[in-house]
Amino acid sequence: MDNTERIKYLIIGNSAGGIGAVEAIRESDKTGTISVVSDEPYPAYSRPLISDFLAGRRSIDKLNYRPIDFYEQNDIKTVFGNRVTGLNLDDNTVQLESGQKLAWDRLLLATGGTPIVPPMEGREAGGVFTFTTLSDAIAIDDYLQQKPDANAVVIGGGLIGVSISESLLKRQIKVTIIEMKERILNVILDEKTSYMEHKAIKDSGAEIITGHTVSKINSNTHGEVYGVTLDNGDVIPCGIVIIAIGVRPRLELVNGTDIKVNRGIVVDRHMQTSVPGIYACGDVAEAYDFIYSENRLTPVWPNAYLGGRTAGLNMTGNATDYPGGTNINAMKYFGIYIVSAGMISSPDKSYQELIAEHNDVYKKLILKEGLVTGMIFSGDVDRAGIIYNLMKDRVNVESFKRSLISDDMGLLSLPESVWRDRLATVPTVNGVDCAVS
Amino acid sequence: MRKIYIKEDVCIGCGLCEVYCQLQHASVHDLIKAFKKRGPRPLARARVEAKGNLSFSVRCRNCEEPQCVYACLTGAITRDIETGMITVDEEKCIGCCTCMLVCPLGAIKQDKEHKKMIKCDFCQGEETPACVANCPNEALYCVEYDSVNKEVMAKSPSPF
Repeated sequence: MDNTERIKYLIIGNSAGGIGAVEAIRESDKTGTISVVSDEPYPAYSRPLISDFLAGRRSIDKLNYRPIDFYEQNDIKTVFGNRVTGLNLDDNTVQLESGQKLAWDRLLLATGGTPIVPPMEGREAGGVFTFTTLSDAIAIDDYLQQKPDANAVVIGGGLIGVSISESLLKRQIKVTIIEMKERILNVILDEKTSYMEHKAIKDSGAEIITGHTVSKINSNTHGEVYGVTLDNGDVIPCGIVIIAIGVRPRLELVNGTDIKVNRGIVVDRHMQTSVPGIYACGDVAEAYDFIYSENRLTPVWPNAYLGGRTAGLNMTGNATDYPGGTNINAMKYFGIYIVSAGMISSPDKSYQELIAEHNDVYKKLILKEGLVTGMIFSGDVDRAGIIYNLMKDRVNVESFKRSLISDDMGLLSLPESVWRDRLATVPTVNGVDCAVS
Repeated sequence: MRKIYIKEDVCIGCGLCEVYCQLQHASVHDLIKAFKKRGPRPLARARVEAKGNLSFSVRCRNCEEPQCVYACLTGAITRDIETGMITVDEEKCIGCCTCMLVCPLGAIKQDKEHKKMIKCDFCQGEETPACVANCPNEALYCVEYDSVNKEVMAKSPSPF
């Protein structure tokens, strides 16, 4: 007898993308069955908050991304702590680790990313961790409860590396960050802002070694880490190693299937994969980036939600285009506020850079043919969204570009048609102009 | 659903909307005390922009496709389905500024002291928000309409 359960909307992944899809689906379809499957055992939590948890600033019950009754209120069947082991496109079913089978009418792959762990010697040693999930954070917390005096080596000076370094420093743990490139946060910040963070991290007491990699993790006879060896032969003693080199799309379910994969799962503007009825979003998907006018990986939380939302709308038959996303980051590590979006530096001489700099304020725009293709603001980040939306809407800013980096930048820096559109100063409701009474 | 609209042709950029917004969100409802005596000045959730003779007052419009809600990393920003109001849960907010980066109006602000994001909250239950009630030129008005039938239910200040 076939005991396969049939689900109208099957969602694999219970983070920003999966939740975005669920909320969009329930806007129009209140009764169609939804099932959310995740190998993580928890209700959706805010992934960026795991660093606050590790720092001891937030308890585990305060990490929830949605209210505790979210799944019940939305009539969602949850299958948590259960991994999908196989995808069968012939009969539209997934196989779960528990042996259970689920069939779908519409499927969303929101499986996220998986940390990159290079094949270095000693990576299996006790005390070596990655840091992308709550389970990781709990494991690190447990380990440090046992070894509160351990020094830490953080391999990778990107967002995850800097984030966990801040948490560890708050726990009075000595930290050394090892970054292979010449500067930390090199994917999301330019030289200027990356140096600002570098200085702030050093001032907080951490060491930063750039231009080197870890060639070997050293462990004792009990298999416990006691240090790392760098590519130049230097040895750094430590009691814990965090591998924070980056994440890659988690593709194991789709590899070898008909679902088209490039660097991630390729989706169209409806967030649909090459196989009709199957959608993808978030860190696993390669979706439209409006800065490059092509599909790219943009593994950031807001894009995951928006992609999930777009997928959800289309899964219910409400044809909606993904507006596109680009790499955006807002950060406040070590007390420095920086926002960045799109490109961080000019790819070639056909681009122009506009920079304003005074006191603690740094504002940089990158432009090409009148379009803003990148922005980095530090110090004064208020109203940065006005510019981000010019980027998103592909507004030609040539005639007013300089006003965008001035201190008093606001809606009035924009042409009247643009600010009027954003403010909707003359609302019409029921076809009647509300301003006229 | 309620929204505050602007009649920029009668706005003189006096900034009283900001002042009364600050007062409304101060711990004490006395102008002198709120501005001069009790610690840091309260922050305004509205901002006046001016250029030549043109001026207007900007605040959250409670967008129907709220990018701040979609972008929020912690789930602190939510939109009430019934009222359309977008609110920030201060306990969940970590003040990361992601919402600020996606807001097309620049209407969400940083409260640097408390490390939280703040925005217009319609003066939390006041019948008429302080900025609307205290605009000397009636350059601000509040419209309440039925989001389903798109019918205007009420408008303040009353045009009659």
